[in-house]
Amino acid sequence: MLEISNLYRQFNNRPVLKAISLRLEPGEYVAITGESGVGKSTLLNVIAGLNRPDRGRLALDGEDYAALGEEALTRLRRDKLGFVFQAFHILPHLTLRQNVTLPLWLKGQGGPWADRQAECLLDAVGLADRAESWPRELSGGEMQRVAIARALVHSPRLVLADEPTGNLDPTNAARVLRLLGERIRTAGSMGILVTHSPDAARSADRVLQLTPEGLRG
Amino acid sequence: MRLAPVFLGSLVRRRAATLLSFAAIVLGVALGMAVQAVNQAALAEFGRGLRTLSGVADLQVVGPRGGFDEALYARLAARPEVAQASPVLEVWTERIGSTDTLHVLGLDLFALGAVTPALWPQPAKLDGQSEREARFAALAENNLFLSAAAQTVLAVQPGDRLRVYAGTQPLELRVAGDLPGAAEDPQLAVMDIAAVQKHFARIGQLTRIDLRLVDGLDAQTARATLAPLLPAGVWLEAPQTAEGQAANLSRAYRVNLTLLAAMALVTGAFLVFSAQALSVVRRHTELAFLRAIGLARHQLFFWLLAEGALVGLLGSVVGVVLGHGLAFGLLKLLGGDLGAGFFAGLSPTLKFDLWASGIYVLLGVGAGVAGAWLPAREAASVAPAQALKASDDSALSQRRGYPGLGLILIVASAPLCVLPPILGLPIGGYLAIFGLLTGSVLWLPMLASGLARVVPLRGPVPVRLAAARLRAAPGMSAVAATGVLASVALVAAMAIMVSSLRDSVDVWLGQILPADLYLRAGRAQSGGVLSEALQVQLTDVSGVARVQFTRHDSLRLAPGQPPVALLARPVSSDGRELPLVGSARAVAEGETAVWISEALYDLRGWRPGDHVRLPLAGSEVQVRVAGIWRDYARQTGSLMLDLADYRRLTGDRSAQDAAIWLAPGADALGVAEALKAAGGSGALEVTVPGEIRARSLRIFDRTFAVTYVLEAAAVIIGLAGVAASFAALAAARRREFGLLRHLGLTRGQIGSLLALEGSLAAGIGIFGGLTVGGAIAWILIEVVNRQSFHWSMDLHVPWVSLLVFAGTLATLASLAAVLAGRQAMREDAVLAVREDW
Ligand SMILES: Nc1ncnc2c1ncn2[C@@H]1O[C@H](COP(=O)(O)OP(=O)(O)OP(=O)(O)O)[C@@H](O)[C@H]1O
Ligand SMILES: [Mg+2]
Repeated sequence: MLEISNLYRQFNNRPVLKAISLRLEPGEYVAITGESGVGKSTLLNVIAGLNRPDRGRLALDGEDYAALGEEALTRLRRDKLGFVFQAFHILPHLTLRQNVTLPLWLKGQGGPWADRQAECLLDAVGLADRAESWPRELSGGEMQRVAIARALVHSPRLVLADEPTGNLDPTNAARVLRLLGERIRTAGSMGILVTHSPDAARSADRVLQLTPEGLRG
Repeated sequence: MRLAPVFLGSLVRRRAATLLSFAAIVLGVALGMAVQAVNQAALAEFGRGLRTLSGVADLQVVGPRGGFDEALYARLAARPEVAQASPVLEVWTERIGSTDTLHVLGLDLFALGAVTPALWPQPAKLDGQSEREARFAALAENNLFLSAAAQTVLAVQPGDRLRVYAGTQPLELRVAGDLPGAAEDPQLAVMDIAAVQKHFARIGQLTRIDLRLVDGLDAQTARATLAPLLPAGVWLEAPQTAEGQAANLSRAYRVNLTLLAAMALVTGAFLVFSAQALSVVRRHTELAFLRAIGLARHQLFFWLLAEGALVGLLGSVVGVVLGHGLAFGLLKLLGGDLGAGFFAGLSPTLKFDLWASGIYVLLGVGAGVAGAWLPAREAASVAPAQALKASDDSALSQRRGYPGLGLILIVASAPLCVLPPILGLPIGGYLAIFGLLTGSVLWLPMLASGLARVVPLRGPVPVRLAAARLRAAPGMSAVAATGVLASVALVAAMAIMVSSLRDSVDVWLGQILPADLYLRAGRAQSGGVLSEALQVQLTDVSGVARVQFTRHDSLRLAPGQPPVALLARPVSSDGRELPLVGSARAVAEGETAVWISEALYDLRGWRPGDHVRLPLAGSEVQVRVAGIWRDYARQTGSLMLDLADYRRLTGDRSAQDAAIWLAPGADALGVAEALKAAGGSGALEVTVPGEIRARSLRIFDRTFAVTYVLEAAAVIIGLAGVAASFAALAAARRREFGLLRHLGLTRGQIGSLLALEGSLAAGIGIFGGLTVGGAIAWILIEVVNRQSFHWSMDLHVPWVSLLVFAGTLATLASLAAVLAGRQAMREDAVLAVREDW
């Protein structure tokens, strides 16, 4: 369960996030939309522990992490969070399987078990037969599917996706989003999707709007 | 270790840069290793030879090369502390009609067995010889025993006759047998001591006494009780001392070569630095992403260091292997001193030294880690949220480098220069060089942004773009300039130092060789002597206007220290014929003046005006230091006395060398022939100073040949590193080029943009490199050379060569930038804009 209450964050005395509150139950998948520059990415960064809130409560499964140190936040991201980015961030010199296994490596898990896990996820995103391919051989949609597999391989509690379909054509975008939603729900984790596109937002369970005054349902 | 493919794979992605860093480290380690292995082999061989010669002696009595009175032997042999004393008279001689040198030991065969059994001569059973004759062959005064190796070199066998010089006279000896215990020494010969004394005009003299002490008596105690019996300038030494002195003598030379190798290693570290810095910038978002998904800061730092360490490890392992191969080749080619002349006549064998190899591997890894350190630190300190959205090269661009740290390093190098040598090594000087180099590299970004401020934003588009980029991202040019700065600085420093030394040696040779002809009695170190009668004869040769004779000897001023050369020749009271350093100091009437070399000033702390005591002819003589002269020929120090003073103090009227001034109109060649004839049967060698000078400079150049090779390698690698930096930069800017092409810039314009950027970066590096190189040259001259070799030199900057070098480098750098850009522009412009990685 993710609990955010009364979260504030400002840059150079300019408030960006104001009185943000949000509560996600396991298996829940929400979309956040909003104007450009309103602070969507900032909110995701704060939730990910990459930016620190000025005040407010942030808790994952009852554990408050707003004030944790850097090491602890790194561990939290490694163990409990998954990321999907607009720019994919697939490492070019690793095979698809290795790219997907990466979060497990970071947790110190390798070997055949990790490889099976990665194959399982690649299978789920429809790329099982491409496990040994190199990223340069993939299309944009396929890359984003690899990124989704990677975001989920270590069974994170919370998946954060910032404009994951910004670089994709509508058909591929729809496919990737359906996949992301499905995987989050079946795994019983939680998901936050940040997007500009109303179509994309509709793939989530509910849609929230970020405004300078806060999050609206 | 699971993350290894994530990071180390990136080394493969930037093959060219990785290979260059690797090559520089291979070079540094291989050269260092080779110098070390060769020297180790030579010293081991030298030590083995010494141990054969000194046998099981507990103590040795040593003195001036000219020898000491043999009465000391009888006195010592009678002492209760001494179980056995073995007298030795060592002379060097030459075979008539060849250049083969023989090291003749005159030994007392009755005393020898218990002390140096390895030198026991074994008479050969010759035809027509009675049992009794063979047994006493060793005592016959015309018999000589040669080691098997010497018999091979001279192509003689027992029973053959061998003609050598005794003084300037021919002497015929018979090879009577061999030396089974010392078969490998190619110059060793043994004779009865009385025969050596007689033939070589050394009646009543010894050069060494080997002592075995009675059981249970330690050498220290014996030394204390026996020392008062010794005349001045004669000392008791442990036999190992000579070994240590040989190591010391060659150490300074070896350390300088090793320093050069270290420079290659440092260049390697700088190449690792620029490769890593650029790669970290390129992987900027990749690394941020890794941090975002849970890679800890310290893990990132560790892995980025590991990339450098891996390059270092591979480079140094290959380097150690290559170094041993190189050592093998160098030993074959140049001998154990790499052409410097310390270990002539040795044939060392190479051994694999696990410890030394391990240390070199560590050094290579250290260079890799050091190069990777700052980029890793920068990358680890970046906030991932920022980096995830930032474009490729914004990371380095805004950085000012570490000017504070740089300044500290540069400032700290000043006091390091005045540190005295540590264990005889110029450690402070080396550290200062390292500090200067590193400090100035850290200042490059400041230099680049300084330049950016003065470059105008005007003119054609490429100029404006290049200027704008330099302003916005001075850090980028700084990284590319790093390799240029390091290699230019090292090359400039070495070039200035070598040219100063060569120039000073050249001038010095002119000063010490003022005469028209030079004559000496044979080539061997102390064999040939010009007797008084011969001296008169030489002066009387027609066409000779004036002759100055020189007497050479060596003195031991203190126990445990290498001997100091003594030269006695006519010197005027103001020392005007000497290459003086500073001014002479008048010596009062009735006092004896001595002129000391810079080494004695450094090593013994003697100053002009000081009263010092010299052991001459067995007693202490008080003399006064009148001035300091420059001596490039002898590192351990030399003393110059006026020949008349020397003769008055020692009664010794012989000489070895003569400087001859011709009468006006005399024909040099004719006089030379007449002089040679005066000595009879080729015993005298006569040369013109031009020949000596040419030969000396040839030896000089040969000694520095290794240096030139190293320098060339450093330059090539440095240049290649620059090219690799540009290639990496250009590759990272494919999208930018694509965009510029979209906007309508021609390929030619982008080409000139790149050439401009290349020459700007190279210009910064060259400017910085020349400045720092000058400073390093000063340290090399005033600190490193002074402390290693104890000689000063006059600064001589090879301006023309340096300018040509700098110009070539700038041209090559802009060429490299253009070529690298061509590569990047080959991609379809449209594609490049869309490309994400
Ligand atoms: N590190 C920072 N320093 C200063 N201001 C920042 C920083 N990061 C973000 N901002 C500002 O905060 C505001 C919100 O930025 P953010 O990136 O969260 O917007 P966004 O909603 O994701 O916009 P978009 O839809 O365009 O991606 C912007 O006005 C931005 O300028
Ligand atoms: Mg955003």
